[in-house]
Amino acid sequence: MTTLTLGRALNEGMRRAMEEDPKVLVMGEDVGRLGGVFRVTDGLQKDFGEERVIDTPLAESGIVGTAIGLALRGYRPVVEIQFDGFVFPATDQIVTQLAKMHMRSLGTVGLPVVVRIPCGGGIGAVEHHSESPEAYFAHTAGLRVVACSNAADAYTMIRQAIASPDPVIFFEPKRRYWDKADVDLDAPLPDPHAAKVVQPGTDVTVLAYGPSVKTCLEAASAAAEEGRSLEVVDLRSLNPLDIDAITASVRRTGRCVVVHEAPVFGGFGAELAARITERCFYSLEAPVLRVGGYSTPYPPSRIEDHYLPDLDRILDAVDRTFGW
Amino acid sequence: MTIDSMRAAPHQGDDGGPGLVQLLTPEGERVEHPDYPLDVTADELRGLYRDLVVVRGIDREAVSLTRQGELGLWASLLGQEAAQIGSGRALTGTDMVFPTYREHGVAYCRGVEPIKLLGMFRGVNHSGWNPAEHGFHLYTIVIGSQTLHATGYAMGIQRDGVLGTPNAGAAIAYFGDGATSQGDVNEAFVFASVAHAPIVFFCQNNQWAISEPLERQSRIPLYRRAQGFGFPGVRVDGNDVLACLAVTRAALENARTGQGPTLVEAYTYRMGAHTTTDDPTRYRLKSDEEAWKLKDPIERVRAYLAREGLASETFFRSVDDEAKAVAADLRKECRALPDPPPGAMFEHVYAAPHPLMTEEQEAFAAYLDTFEEVPA
Repeated sequence: MTTLTLGRALNEGMRRAMEEDPKVLVMGEDVGRLGGVFRVTDGLQKDFGEERVIDTPLAESGIVGTAIGLALRGYRPVVEIQFDGFVFPATDQIVTQLAKMHMRSLGTVGLPVVVRIPCGGGIGAVEHHSESPEAYFAHTAGLRVVACSNAADAYTMIRQAIASPDPVIFFEPKRRYWDKADVDLDAPLPDPHAAKVVQPGTDVTVLAYGPSVKTCLEAASAAAEEGRSLEVVDLRSLNPLDIDAITASVRRTGRCVVVHEAPVFGGFGAELAARITERCFYSLEAPVLRVGGYSTPYPPSRIEDHYLPDLDRILDAVDRTFGW
Repeated sequence: MTIDSMRAAPHQGDDGGPGLVQLLTPEGERVEHPDYPLDVTADELRGLYRDLVVVRGIDREAVSLTRQGELGLWASLLGQEAAQIGSGRALTGTDMVFPTYREHGVAYCRGVEPIKLLGMFRGVNHSGWNPAEHGFHLYTIVIGSQTLHATGYAMGIQRDGVLGTPNAGAAIAYFGDGATSQGDVNEAFVFASVAHAPIVFFCQNNQWAISEPLERQSRIPLYRRAQGFGFPGVRVDGNDVLACLAVTRAALENARTGQGPTLVEAYTYRMGAHTTTDDPTRYRLKSDEEAWKLKDPIERVRAYLAREGLASETFFRSVDDEAKAVAADLRKECRALPDPPPGAMFEHVYAAPHPLMTEEQEAFAAYLDTFEEVPA
């Protein structure tokens, strides 16, 4: 067991994948000499060389498009998009090519490409550096979409994403990059798409992923002081979704609050609410409530704390589930 | 030099200009070019002629099949046979092609059976061949996307360490004049240039992006774009199969020996409609088409073969018969192409098992089972 920050755990996971498979490449803007703007790829170019850790030209569509070509030649590229708001120039290559090419080829072409996206707010950044675009990609057939919330998961999930024969959009909670946790570097690999109950409870199920998981755990501690028991489930994977684990929890508690940073309207929480309603209708004591960003562009950072779901807004939603 | 003297005048249609590489004139005269010597045997010449005629026959048949409702759409290569056969016959087994949806002639050169090209146009699949088997990637519909895939593939060849060895291969990306306006194509030029990647960018400038003429895409000749990206650009007579063969062969060889990318602009003309749903009478003059008809890629080879006594009337007749036979087979095979079962839409969405696919596929099958069997 070793203590690592989430960012370092990702680095160790990529390093291990590169050691195990010479076809694994890392590519993106500033990922080489600089080690990435968040230092997640720190030292990889020094150890694996410029051919395997590629400082690319500054063009996101080009990065993903050439990663597809490298995959067609038998490589396993791990692409870094520098910030969530910069993925949109690459969206055409991701949605139109990466997601659909396996089906288009009748299964003859493999696309083991990982697109890493630091996501979410809370770091006081300028516009386009705090977004949560997961719903766009979760909606796109052909992609797998995962979001890690802690260092231990980061280490295993990035290795599993790299090993996946399908393209994976890998969301990293950028404001949690520096959070430390114990990581067992030799732990067996869990099901990459299994949700995890990270805080058992009995009164309300709180569903979260990525950066919101920690906020929800803090909310659970605060609720416990008031005698209310929250069960926090870390989804880990948005597509595919571990709906069985989710419904099992909601059937036990009878109440559910979904938390994410992205705007609530048309967000991933809507999919969760619909599926839970279909499967747990007779167990529900209240509608599934959603806590998330407002239906606005991400606000200027001095007021982002009001936009991001925080402990109070989560507890407020929990209280409201008892109002029906 | 003042800034204003560097500004390009608006593009005017031209005959290809003085830089055009040509080895066989529209009249069928063999000419030499100092940079592109080409030794070609009578057998090879007859082979190229056969390719051109057969591919035109396949294309004509596909247009007919569309008119008869057997295909939903077809993108005709009429007029571009020489660009495709010339470049296609320059390829070797280690090269990898990244085509658009109009590269039927290149597909033919790569051994893709014509019937496999029809599936996506009939709507029975999105693509019908295994790219690795033919060194021929899937047709790409969104304009220009494949140039990045080709560039990435070429970066992979570099990393395999095969350049300069007998196992060396090159990537070749096909695209049109309209595609040169796309961001992806320009990004591909940047990535390929910076990486010094083994790739040939083969642009068939057929003068039209559906209804928009070249002057809506560029102020300067397209091959000159390459200079700004830092690699050579060559304009070749796209209706001259020999020039296309020689220039592409040289560009591929440069790529395979580690000398980096080349842009080849094959200057040609789209004699047909953009696709079978298009109507060129709305945006171009018949007289332009007539002028280009005189530069036909097949007639000049036939004229040369006949004048030099390299082929007999019997040969020409046998090639016509062969083209007709290939077309007849294609017609028969097309009509026999079965629709996929409805559940096929769930296949190959993911390479590894995916619970949502399984759930929806089972629910769909169960739903279909609720309908009574209709007796045939």
